[in-house]
Amino acid sequence: MRHLMNPLDFTVEELDKLFDLANDIEKNPEKYSEKCKGKKIATCFYEPSTRTRLSFESAMINLGGSVIGFSDANSSSASKGESVSDTIRVISCFADICAMRHPKEGAAMVAASKSSIPVINAGDGGHQHPTQTLTDMLTIRSLKGRLNHFTIGLCGDLKFGRTVHSLVNALSRYDDIHFIFISPEELRIPDYIREMLSEKGISYQEYIKLEDCIGDLDLLYMTRVQRERFFNEEDYVRLKDFYILDKNKMSMAKEDMLVLHPLPRVNEISVEVDDDPRAVYFKQVQYGVYVRMALILTLLELA
Amino acid sequence: MLNVGKIEEGFVLDHIQAGKSLSLYHHLMLDKLDCTVAIIKNAKSNKMGKKDILKVECDINMLDLDVLAFIDHNITVNVIKDGEIVDKKELVLPKEIKNVIKCKNPRCITSIEQELPHIFILTDEEKEIYRCKYCEEKYGEKRL
Repeated sequence: MRHLMNPLDFTVEELDKLFDLANDIEKNPEKYSEKCKGKKIATCFYEPSTRTRLSFESAMINLGGSVIGFSDANSSSASKGESVSDTIRVISCFADICAMRHPKEGAAMVAASKSSIPVINAGDGGHQHPTQTLTDMLTIRSLKGRLNHFTIGLCGDLKFGRTVHSLVNALSRYDDIHFIFISPEELRIPDYIREMLSEKGISYQEYIKLEDCIGDLDLLYMTRVQRERFFNEEDYVRLKDFYILDKNKMSMAKEDMLVLHPLPRVNEISVEVDDDPRAVYFKQVQYGVYVRMALILTLLELA
Repeated sequence: MLNVGKIEEGFVLDHIQAGKSLSLYHHLMLDKLDCTVAIIKNAKSNKMGKKDILKVECDINMLDLDVLAFIDHNITVNVIKDGEIVDKKELVLPKEIKNVIKCKNPRCITSIEQELPHIFILTDEEKEIYRCKYCEEKYGEKRL
């Protein structure tokens, strides 16, 4: 029995298989509409995350299965002090697979170690969110046709953004990827990521301003710069507008550059960009459902 | 010059960084053992200037070499039998250590899940970096 804790749990070959399956689901949804008939997914969300939870639930319903679960810790036995280890042993009796979101880092791993059903980490604090990374990768692979040979810019809060760290780690296994990190000094990509890239001989550059490099990018991964991450208001005001992607900045970008965003977006991408065919962040949400369907089938060994 | 007598059977931990022997004594849980222990602080050393030494009269199997290696793998472990050194144990960094150090990341599941063992994995042998098995937080402190 397999679980998914970290996007690196799957080899590159296994990911290829998973993404092929997701693409087949996209093309032939009816072929998969009863694959999980009689199966149940438990969505155990100890903290609210409407988007991820609904994506998992939608994925299971698309496969003909059904859904049980809770959407915040107060409506579960955790509010009575039950441990994650005990909860998963109970859930294992009710469902065939579990997607768990928990504010504490490593919670899903603890659950997996005690579970008799596959556990998917649906986000554990600031640590990992593997299905977001799989979503990002499937979007790139489907729309670019490859996961290698490109320049990707990651922009915004690169220090605290777990989706960024996770995506860089996952893409570092593919050939000829050049990373461009665009962030204020205060929110630079952590040392350990830069060290990892240097050790692997992977090239990267760092920029403060998006307009200084946007023309070189094949992909732009935007994240939100959060006011509360800054030490003073002055710095935030000085830097925040660097990272608002608007029509003007898009005019400097390549014609086939794709813009991704893990969402929710606040103001870092102007709504005027939404109609640009290069803006694929809403398509990305749809790919999130396909990849979760493929993942459920794979972990239940129904693929 | 202080003289501490020979031990017949047990082990001598030599080349302990000066001042660290008491801490080591607790980490190895020698306080729980009912045996003779000599703690020598600030002994003269050609190699280190000053060093600490621990002499323990008990079976070598009572000693957790993994814990010792994690704390300081430069310590020399002399195994004594019939008053003579019969073996010198080489210490290698353990791949995994359990319940020796605690994860200090307040966001880690170990901070709330009762009775969960605190497990650290050696992730970089060269830089001697250990990370929490659950949250991957680096153990950033000096060993002792």
